[in-house]
Order: sequence, then structure tokens, then C-alpha cells
Amino acid sequence: MEEDGNMYSIILATASRYLLLLLLIFSVFLLLRGHNEPGGGFVGGLVAAAAYALYFIANGIQAAKTVVRFDPLRIIAAGLLTAIASTLPSLFTGERFMTAFWIDTGIPFIGKVGTPLLFDLGIYFLVLGITISIIFSLAEEDRS
Amino acid sequence: MLILLLTGYAASALAPLLYKRFRENFGWIAVTFPLFMFFGFLSRYPQIVSGEVIRESVPWVPSLGINFSFLLDGLSLSFVLIITLIGAAVFLYAGAYMKAYAATGRFYVYIGIFMTSMLGLVLSDNMLLMFVFWELTGISSFLLIGFNHHKESSRKAALQALLVTGGGGLVLFVGIILLYRVTGCFDISSFYDMNGVITAHALYPAIAVLVLIGAFTKSAQFPFHFWLPNAMEAPTPVSAYLHSATMVKAGVYLIARMNHEIGGTPIWQDTVLVTGASTMVLSGLLAFKQTDLKKLLAYSTLAVLGTLVMLLGIGSKLAIKAFFIYLIAHSLYKGVLFLVAGTLDHETGTRDVAKLGGLGKRMPLTAITAALASLSMMGIIPLVGFIGKETVYKSILELEYWGIFLIAAAVLANAFVVMVTLFVGFKPFWGKAMDTSRKLHEAPFKMLLGPALLAALGLLFGMFPNFFMAAMLEQSAQSILSETLSLKITIWEGFNLVLLLSFVTLLLGGVLYLIRLKMSEQVVRMTLPVFMRPSAWYEAALRGVLSFATVQTRFVQNGYLRNYIIVIVLTTVFLASLALYRSAGGIGIAPDFSITFYEGALAFIILVSTLLLVNSRSRLKSIVALGALGFSIGIIFVIYGAPDLGLTTFAIETLNVILFVLVLYKLPGFLKLSRSSNRGRDAVIAVSVGVLMTFTVFAASSFELSSELKQYFAQTSVPDGKGRNVVNVILVDFRAIDTLGEITVLAVAALGVVALLKLRADGGGR
Repeated sequence: MEEDGNMYSIILATASRYLLLLLLIFSVFLLLRGHNEPGGGFVGGLVAAAAYALYFIANGIQAAKTVVRFDPLRIIAAGLLTAIASTLPSLFTGERFMTAFWIDTGIPFIGKVGTPLLFDLGIYFLVLGITISIIFSLAEEDRS
Repeated sequence: MLILLLTGYAASALAPLLYKRFRENFGWIAVTFPLFMFFGFLSRYPQIVSGEVIRESVPWVPSLGINFSFLLDGLSLSFVLIITLIGAAVFLYAGAYMKAYAATGRFYVYIGIFMTSMLGLVLSDNMLLMFVFWELTGISSFLLIGFNHHKESSRKAALQALLVTGGGGLVLFVGIILLYRVTGCFDISSFYDMNGVITAHALYPAIAVLVLIGAFTKSAQFPFHFWLPNAMEAPTPVSAYLHSATMVKAGVYLIARMNHEIGGTPIWQDTVLVTGASTMVLSGLLAFKQTDLKKLLAYSTLAVLGTLVMLLGIGSKLAIKAFFIYLIAHSLYKGVLFLVAGTLDHETGTRDVAKLGGLGKRMPLTAITAALASLSMMGIIPLVGFIGKETVYKSILELEYWGIFLIAAAVLANAFVVMVTLFVGFKPFWGKAMDTSRKLHEAPFKMLLGPALLAALGLLFGMFPNFFMAAMLEQSAQSILSETLSLKITIWEGFNLVLLLSFVTLLLGGVLYLIRLKMSEQVVRMTLPVFMRPSAWYEAALRGVLSFATVQTRFVQNGYLRNYIIVIVLTTVFLASLALYRSAGGIGIAPDFSITFYEGALAFIILVSTLLLVNSRSRLKSIVALGALGFSIGIIFVIYGAPDLGLTTFAIETLNVILFVLVLYKLPGFLKLSRSSNRGRDAVIAVSVGVLMTFTVFAASSFELSSELKQYFAQTSVPDGKGRNVVNVILVDFRAIDTLGEITVLAVAALGVVALLKLRADGGGR
């Protein structure tokens, strides 16, 4: 854990583990509520990235990379592909490009699910991936 | 026909997979593809001969008049049959010849793409479709010439061919667009009746010249001829196929195809005639100093291409007849000779005519094949080449004004061709056996069969010309001249002037051969002065473009971030203030200033942090000030009812500070690098941006903005977008395509940033 030596703070390190989870939940919350209240994929992605950034500051780059688990570049790709995937239903049904499709799940609290939500999810991952890939690259450079 | 072409591309893509499975016998598998096409089109032969024209059209971009429309008439069928037949011989041959190369699978992909594109080119009825195929043949030619990409000369030759033919293609493209301006359509078949309209139009000279330049570059006419001999860097099957039998004939095809649509005028006929004739003579002269088998053949190909173009320029019935016979004859013998040259190279390891000799005993079958093709090339009875040459002479003699000069030129050029033939087709096989350490033996069966069959066809065509060619010729001539011709071909017309000319040609060719043998050393060293060589003009032009690009890049992309920012900011300020001035007619009105306590406090914080930021001598302080500034702005957003923006701003500011801290860690200590004058300049620029923004806000608030959009989005957000957050619904639904574009740009930008950082981390770059 103690990678950056003098910068290590046990309080921050411990807190960041719980904060990471809380912030990630918060970011998903922002993503989901975005359709009706302030929020959305962009902010959600930024908050999630901030959560990982906090974890990185507290625990060092190696630990943060382990927590993220995926290569940030792959997260970018996954986000972009998700966003593009949300356009496919309109293509296949012959509607105008990117016409939204909605399904009413009937489940309380979730309600209607549609392609715009998928699109927003794509933005979420894209923004998350971009931000942490830049932060991690900068941090890597520091170490070398 | 569209399906047939798509199958062609698909088959090409499959080649590497099949090649891996059936390495030994791949030639036999590959040959089925052109043969299939050949017989497929041959089955249409009766229809075409009976005067039918087959058309097909599949809409592509109908609104622009661009469709997959195809046209099969006598002219295109002749070319299609040549392409597929020679293709079959080459595909089989390459199965054995290319074994020594790496990546033979890839070779078949390229050559398959080429063949399909070439078929597309001659079948297209739509000019733009034809242009697409035209460019595709150019690209596959580029890939094939540069197939030995580890050799610099190959890469250079490939690039040269691409630039010359590609540049010509662009010129042709302009010509096509102008033609569209005049006629309003792209379909060649609808130009048929429009010759009068087109030639009378003011744009006509431009169209004619542009189309002709496109054709001349592709068919390597003077002064664009230099790329063709250099293209001999390609593996020999490629030279045989692309650079003698098919691709270089695309330009000739274009001239023939457009002849009765936009031809018939002095500017068209004379340009074609003169260019063709000069190419014919010059390439003959240039062939004199060559020693390489393939280069010799390349220059003789140039002479033939020149002759073909010249015949189109003459444009009489007889000339068109000669054009077709000569075209077929050339395709039959030249491909063979190239393949024989490849065989010699393959077996002996050299292509130098001075070294080759006495191989006839070791390779009797190759020798017979070569002899048959050579006799045809020299124009000796009873081979098809003889009829070709006789008809060419006859059609020239018909001319009143140019006749005497042209006939002299043609005899001279043909004499050089005879000389080339003697060097390529006979010298390697006769005379003293060459010294070589290799054990010489006959070529493998796969490398013999194709050339031998083609050579035999040359003989059959010559002996029974009417059976093979007459019916096709009538239809083809109709495509070019739109007149019905009744052509009977006779091989023997008795002793007359034309026959005498043939004898003169042979005699002169023999003399040239003997002279060339005697003085080989001096001739090789002869060179033209630099300024007279078009290839030197090409080099100079290329160098000029490169150095201009360097200078321009240094100037525009100078690598200083501050310069980029200054340019961007100043441009924005200038354009925005211009627009503001024009639309608002002034500075607008300042809105009423009733400031609440929060607003005042925020403004104070923003001002203080800005001043701190600018005057700070510590980076950490600057970053903190910047953060404070950003958060204050976020709060303003919240106060004015844009919680989405506020939220996003907070998140971005947080991350910004983190990023800055990370970068800061890397930077050297704070230095005062900029002079006061620079700081003054920056201050002026910054203030100008601020002033502009202020006035923009004034102007914006002094107008009553059209509220239709606002209302539209507010009303449709819930029913159509299923969301109450209008901003978000706009982003992910109403305007989702914009967002999609933006996030794609973001992703690419992130890749760039990561790549740059990684480059530095790995110690690369500057």
C-alpha cells in the first residue's frame, strides 16, 4: 500500500475505501435520476472518476488500478460501443436514426427503460474511462 | 453483374485462407475464378453478337444520379473476355511463380481485387461508378507494384504510379463533374444522343482535355509514360497482367468509350492522334537502350498503347477495325512474352538480355511458346499480329494529310518493336549457351500451360480471324462509332504496298537488332539531358510539394501551445465581434443591475481569485485559486436555475484540481519565463475576450429570444422523451446524434492524450 511513502495517510486510506463505494453508488444514482432530475451520464461518470481519483490519492496508483480492474481504454471503448448499440434498434426497425425505444418494465422504482438510458450509460462509461485513463497515465508518468 | 462483382471481391478476400490450406495447388484453385467469369461472360456472346445491349441497374444514390448501372455491349465484352482470359493464365502461372515470395495469399487478394475492379471499370454505365473502379485498379496496382515492399525502388515505383495515375484520376473526376454540369446525368448510355449538345457547350474543351489527361495518365501516354517502365518492379505476373494486358488499357478503353459521346471534334481527334503517335515513336526510341527483358517489353507496350491511341485519333472505320484487331493481338502475345520473361528470370536468375542465351535446348516448350508469341508480335503471317499490323498500316495510308509522316513513324516504331521481340523472344533461346551455375530445366507445368495456350490462340485467331473476331468487331465498332460496320477480315491480300511496308519493318527491325548487339556498351550509357525527361519533372514537382509542405507545417504547426491558443482566441474574438456588430447593430443594452447579496459575494470571490491566479508566484496557489473560481461559477449556475450545469461544473472542477496537481508534480520549479511585454499582450487578449463576452450577454439579454424551441422542448420532453429533465432529454434523445459525435471526439482525444503520455513515459518522442 505504502507506495508514495511520505504522502500516505491511514485515515484517508481507510476512509477512501468506504467513500469509493458510496461515491460509486452516488454516481449511479446520478446517472439513473438524470432523466427526470438534475444528473445524467456525464456527471455520473465524472463523479465515479472522482471517486477513483480519491482512492488513487489515498492508496497509490497500483492499488487504484487493481480496484478499477479493467484497462481504462477498454472502458472508453465499452462506453462508446454501448452508446452506439443504443442506436441499433432504430436502424433495424427502419425508423429514423436514433429514434428512442421504450419498454415499460412495470417494476416499481425502475419504471420505463429505453434506449436513451442505454445511451446515457454509454456516456457514463466513456467519461469515466477518459478521465481515469488520463489521471492514471499522468500518475504512471510520475512514477517512471 | 453487381452480384458477380461482389462475388469477385468476396473471393479475393478468401484467397489467403484457401492459400494456407492448399499451398501446393493453389494455382489450380485460383484459376477457377477468372475462368468462371470468362465462361460466364462468354455465354452472353451470342446475345451481344446479335446486336443486343445488356443493361442492369441497382440504385445506389439515386438522388444524385449515382447507381450501380452496368452496360454489356461489344466494346465491354471484348475487354471483359481479354481481362478474364489473360487473368486465368496469370492466376495459374502465379501459383508456381510466387511460391518463393512471402505472403502469396496477399498477392492473390490484391490481384483478385484488381481483376474484379477492372471488370467493373469496363462494365460500368455510370461515370462515377466507373471512376470508383478506376481508382480501385490504381490502388491495387499500387499495392502490387510495391509488393516487394522491402525494396526501396519498388516502393518508389509504386508511389510514382499511384501519384501519376491517381493525379490523372482526379483530373478525370473534374472532367466527369463538368460533363454532369452539361448533361445533368452520369449515365454513359444517355450521353449517346447528346454529342451535339456536349460538343457545342462552352465547357466542352475543358471536358475533352480533362478526360483525355485522365486517360493518358492511365495508359501511360507521353508525357506521362515514365511510370510504366518503373512499374516493372512488380512481380512478373503483375507486369504481364496489369501493366501490359489490362490496366494500362483502361485509358484506351475510356477514349474508345467516350469517342462518340464527346469525340469527333478537332480538339479531341487531334490531341488523341498526336499524343498517341508521339508516344509510339518515343517509346520505340527509348526501348533502344534497355537491357532488361521486362523493361524492353514495357517500352514495346508503350509503343503499342501509343498506336492504339493513335488509331482512335484517326477514327475512321478502318482505324477502329485495326484498333480492335491490334488490341486483341497485343493482349494475346504480350502477356505471353511477359510470362516467358518471368520464367527465364525464375529459372536463370537474370533478366539481362546480354547474358541470356542458348536456353532453347534446356527449355524447348518455353522456347516454342516464346517463338509463337514473338512471331505474332513481329507481325508475321499467319499470326494474329500480322493482321493487326497490316490493318494499322492500311488505316494510316487512308489518311490524306498526315499519312506520309504517320506511316514513317509507324514503321519506325514497329521496327523497334521487332528489335525488342528479337531480344526477348529469340536471343535467350538461341546461340551460345550462357554460363550459369544453376541447373537449368524446363519451366513447371503451371508456368507453361497458360502462356502456351494464349500463344496458340494467337495462331488460331490469325488463321481463322473471321470465326473468332468478325462478329464481335462489328458490335464493338458500333459502340465506338455508332455506325454499323460490316467487317470481313482477310489475312492475305496479295502483294501490295502494305505488305511491302511489313517487309521494310522486319528488315529495319533486324538491322536495329544487329546494331544494338554490336554497340551494347555505349548505348546503355546514353542518357537524355535531365530537363528533357518527364520523370525528372515529376521528381522536381514531388520535391517541391514536399518542401512546401514542410515550410507550411513549420509555420502553421509550430508546436507552441501559446501560439495556438492566441490564434484560436483572437480568431474567435474577431469573428464573434463582427457577427455581433452586424446582427445587433451595436452593443446592446445592459440589463438592470439589481444584485442580491449572494451574487455580490460570488462576484467578489471570483474577482479576488482571478487576481490571485494571475499574480501568484506559486503553482499550488494558482491551482487553488482556479478551483475557487470554478466552484463560484458553479454556484452561479445553481442560483440561476441550471442545476445540471452546476453539478457538472463541480465535478469537473474537482477533477481539474486533481489533474493539475498531478501535472504540477512533474513540472520544474516556478520560473518567470515570460517578459512583461508578453504578459501585457496576454492581458490585452484576455481582456478582449472578457469584453466580448460581456457584450454578447448584453446583446443576448436585450433580444427577446424566440421561445418556440424552449416551448417545444418543454412540451414534448415528457410525452416524447419520457423524462422531466429537459436538458438531459435533449442531450440523450432529441439531440442524441450531436452527443454521439461529441463523445466519439472525446474518446479519440483521450486516446491521443494517453498515447502522448505513454510516449513520454517510454522515453520516446521529444
